[in-house]
Amino acid sequence: MPDNMKNRGLLSDYRILDLTDYKGIYCGKVLADLGADVIKVEKPWGDVTRNIGPFYKDIVHPDKSIYWWAFNTSKRGITLNIETADGKDMFQRLVRTADIVLESFPPGYLDRLDLGYQALSDINPGIIMTSITPFGQTGPYKDWKADDLVGWAMAGQAYVTGDSDRPPCQVSFPHCYLVAGSHAASGTLAALYYRECSGEGQHVDVSMQESVLWTTLILVQFWDMMKINLFRAGSRRAMGTALFRLAFPCKDGYVGFLIAGGQLASISMPPLVKWMAEEGMLGAFEDKKDWEAKDWTEKVDAWALTQETVDMWEDSLLKFFATKTKAEIYEKAREESIIIYPVSTPEDLAENAQLKARDFYVEVEHPELGETITYMGAPYKMTTDSWNISRRAPLVGEHNQEIYEGELGLSEDEMRLLQEAGII
Amino acid sequence: MAKKRIFEGLKIADFTWLGVGPIATKFMAEMGATVIHIESSTRPDICRVSAPYKDWQPGINRSAFFAVYNDSKYGISLNLKMPQAQKVAKRIITEWADVVADAHLPGIMESWGLDYETLKKERPDLIHVATAMQGKTGPYSKMPGHGMVGVSLGGFTHLTGWPDREPTVPFGALTDYLTFPHMVTVLIAALLYRKKTGKGQYIELSQLECSVQYLAPPLMDYMINGRILTRMGNLSPYAAPHTTYRCKGEGEKWCAIAVSTDEEWQSFCRVIGNPEWAGNPKFATLEGRKANEDELNEMVEQWTMNYTPHEVMTRLQEAGVAAGVVESCEELVADPQLNHRGTHVILEHPEIGPHIYQPPPYRFSKTPHELTMPAPCMGQHNEYILKEVLAMSDDEIADLLVAGALE
Repeated sequence: MPDNMKNRGLLSDYRILDLTDYKGIYCGKVLADLGADVIKVEKPWGDVTRNIGPFYKDIVHPDKSIYWWAFNTSKRGITLNIETADGKDMFQRLVRTADIVLESFPPGYLDRLDLGYQALSDINPGIIMTSITPFGQTGPYKDWKADDLVGWAMAGQAYVTGDSDRPPCQVSFPHCYLVAGSHAASGTLAALYYRECSGEGQHVDVSMQESVLWTTLILVQFWDMMKINLFRAGSRRAMGTALFRLAFPCKDGYVGFLIAGGQLASISMPPLVKWMAEEGMLGAFEDKKDWEAKDWTEKVDAWALTQETVDMWEDSLLKFFATKTKAEIYEKAREESIIIYPVSTPEDLAENAQLKARDFYVEVEHPELGETITYMGAPYKMTTDSWNISRRAPLVGEHNQEIYEGELGLSEDEMRLLQEAGII
Repeated sequence: MAKKRIFEGLKIADFTWLGVGPIATKFMAEMGATVIHIESSTRPDICRVSAPYKDWQPGINRSAFFAVYNDSKYGISLNLKMPQAQKVAKRIITEWADVVADAHLPGIMESWGLDYETLKKERPDLIHVATAMQGKTGPYSKMPGHGMVGVSLGGFTHLTGWPDREPTVPFGALTDYLTFPHMVTVLIAALLYRKKTGKGQYIELSQLECSVQYLAPPLMDYMINGRILTRMGNLSPYAAPHTTYRCKGEGEKWCAIAVSTDEEWQSFCRVIGNPEWAGNPKFATLEGRKANEDELNEMVEQWTMNYTPHEVMTRLQEAGVAAGVVESCEELVADPQLNHRGTHVILEHPEIGPHIYQPPPYRFSKTPHELTMPAPCMGQHNEYILKEVLAMSDDEIADLLVAGALE
C-alpha cells in the first residue's frame, strides 16, 4: 500500500489477516482503528456475521448489517475459499506479507488445511496467530459449541443474573464474543511486542469462557474464601445478610444507586440526604439529616445491616426518586458528587451530554449509500491522536482487485479464473 | 532455552485502584512487567475493605477482592497529601518508571504534582495511561462512580431482565471488566509505538466510552432506524430453543441450551428420543419454533427435568448442540475446562493464606504468564522500594516514617 494510503495510528506498520467470524471480529476492529492494515478474509459468499441484525433501514442484505458495520470498521475485505488448493496458495502468499493472523475456527480446522500455526510459521517465522474459540485450543470441552448464552452460563454470569422466580438470564444484547475479541486484541499485541524484542512469533489461544469469567467480579473468590454461592435477585444484590437495590424506579424510568455503607455511603449519602431534606422528603433518614461523611463510614457497615433497615431506607428513596426524572437526578448527582446514574436506554446514550461534550460519536462516510452514519468513537483518547475509523466496513469482496491484482500481482485473467472457480 | 516473559524489564508505577486499572496492570505484571502499586492506608482501595474476606473477618489485608486484582506487584504505601510522599512518588516515576497508570478523578494527580504535563518535562518518553468512569474531561468527569452503577449508565441494566418486569441489574461491576482489556491493549500499542519512535504519550479512557463499544449495534439501530432495543429475557432472533432450562436436582439446577440451525434441531430431537411432539412440523423450522416458543420451552423443560445440568450439557454437546451448565460459584471452581487451562492459580498470601487467583484469558505458546507473588499487604515493600529502587538511606527512610509519609 502506498504510504499516503496507510492508516494513521500506532499500529500502521502491521498487517493483519482476519479470518474470524462473529466470534472474533471485534479483535480486528480494535487493531484496525489503531492503524493496523487489517484485511478481512471472507468466504466467497460473505461472512456469516453479515446475517446478524439490526439492518440499515431494516433492509436484510449482507452489506447492510449494522452489526457487521459496527465491528469491521477500518478493515479492507477480500473473499477467498481457503478450503481449495488455489485458495490455500493465495492465503499462503498473503501470510508472507502479514504480521498477524486472527481466526475463530473450531480447534484443529486450520491444521487439517495445513494452515495451522506451525505450517504458517514455516512460511513466515515471525507470524503471530491468535485463535478465539469458545473454550480454548485444548482441554475436555475444546470441541464443544457455545453461543453467547451458553458462554454466559458456563462463565458464571447466568447463575447471578435475572429475577429469582424466573430462569437465569443474559443481557438482551449478548456480548460474550465481543469480550473475547477485546481480550484477544491485548494478547495479540503482547505477542507482537515480544516479536519486536525477539523476532519470534507465536500462537495465542483465547478462550471465550475464560474471558467472560473475567467479567464476573469475583464469583470464584466468594466460593473459595467464604463458601458462598451468590445468587440472582433481580435488581437487588446480596451484600452480607441483606439484599440491596441497585436500580430504583423514578418518574420516567430507572436510576442506578446503591446505599451500601462505609466509604461508598460516605460519598453519596450526605448530599443525597440534604437534597431529600430540601424537598421535605427525608422519610427514614430524619435522624440522619446532620450526618457527615465520617458518620456514614463509621456507623454503617453494609455487611451487618438488616433487611428491615435496608428496606426502610430504600422505601424512602423510592418515594423520593418517584418525584424526579432520570435527567434531574443525573444533573443533581453531577452537581453534588453523588454516585447515582440513569439506567440509560439506547436513546439516553445517543443523547448523553457527557458523551456529546467529549465529541464521542463520529461520522463515517458510506459512499455506497451517499450518506454518513454515526459510529461509536474512540475507546481511548491519546495525545498522539492515533485512533481513527479510516473507512467503513468492507462490502463483500470490495478489495479483491486492489489486493489480488494491485498487491499480489495477479492478472485479470487469473482473477477471472479464480472467480469462476468460486475461490474468490 | 528458559521461558521468557513478554514485558521483562518494563516498569510501571501504578496509582490505580478499584477494578479497571489494577487488573490492567496486574495482567502486565503477569506478562513480565515490574509493577509498583502505590496506595495509602489513609484512603484504602474500597476493594481492600470489601468482601470476600478470609474467615469472614474484615481487615485491610484480608480481602480477596483486592488481592486477586493486585498479585505479582510490589506495594508501597504513601500518603500523597504530604509533600515528602509526593517527592518519593515523583522519583519512582522520573527515575524508574516507563509507564504511569492512574484511576483518580480529574485534578487529583495534578494536586500531587504527578500529572502528565509536569512529568513529561523530565520524561518525554513517559507513557501515562489514565482511566475514569466518564473520562477525565467534560462536565460529568468529576462525578465519582463505580461499575455497579456504571453498568446502568452504560446501557446494560436497561437491556437485562424480562420485558414485563423492572430491569435486572447485571451482576458485578460489568463496565469495569468491559474496560480493562481496552486499557491493556492501548498501553501495549503505545509501548510498540514508543519502541519505534522513542515517543511517550498521555492516554485517557472513559469507562462509559469503552463499555458502549459493546452495545454499538443497538445504539446505531436507534440512531439509524429509531428503534429502542429493550430487554427480552433470553429470547434470540437466531435460535430456539434458546434459554436456561430447569434440570433435575436440589436448588438452582439449570442448563442453557441454544439450537441455532434446523440441523441442530434434528440432533436435539434425536438426543431427547424423538418424542411425538418434537416431530410436529410446526417445530421443524426456526421460524416455526420461534412462533411457538413458549410451548417449545415447556416441552424441552419436561425433558431437561429428568437429568442433571451436567447430563443435559454432555448429551447435547456430544450430539453437536450448544449447551452449558448454569455454573454457580462452586461449579466455577470445579469446572474441568477452566482447571485444564490453569485458570485457577493458588498463591500463598501472608494474611489470607492459600487462595485462588486468575491470569489473563489468553495463553502464549512461547512466553507463558506467571503469577509471581500474592498481592502486597499495605506497605509490604516500602523498605525494598525505598532502598533498592530509590537508593535511600536508613535515615531518610526513618524521616519519612516519622513524618507519617509512609501511611
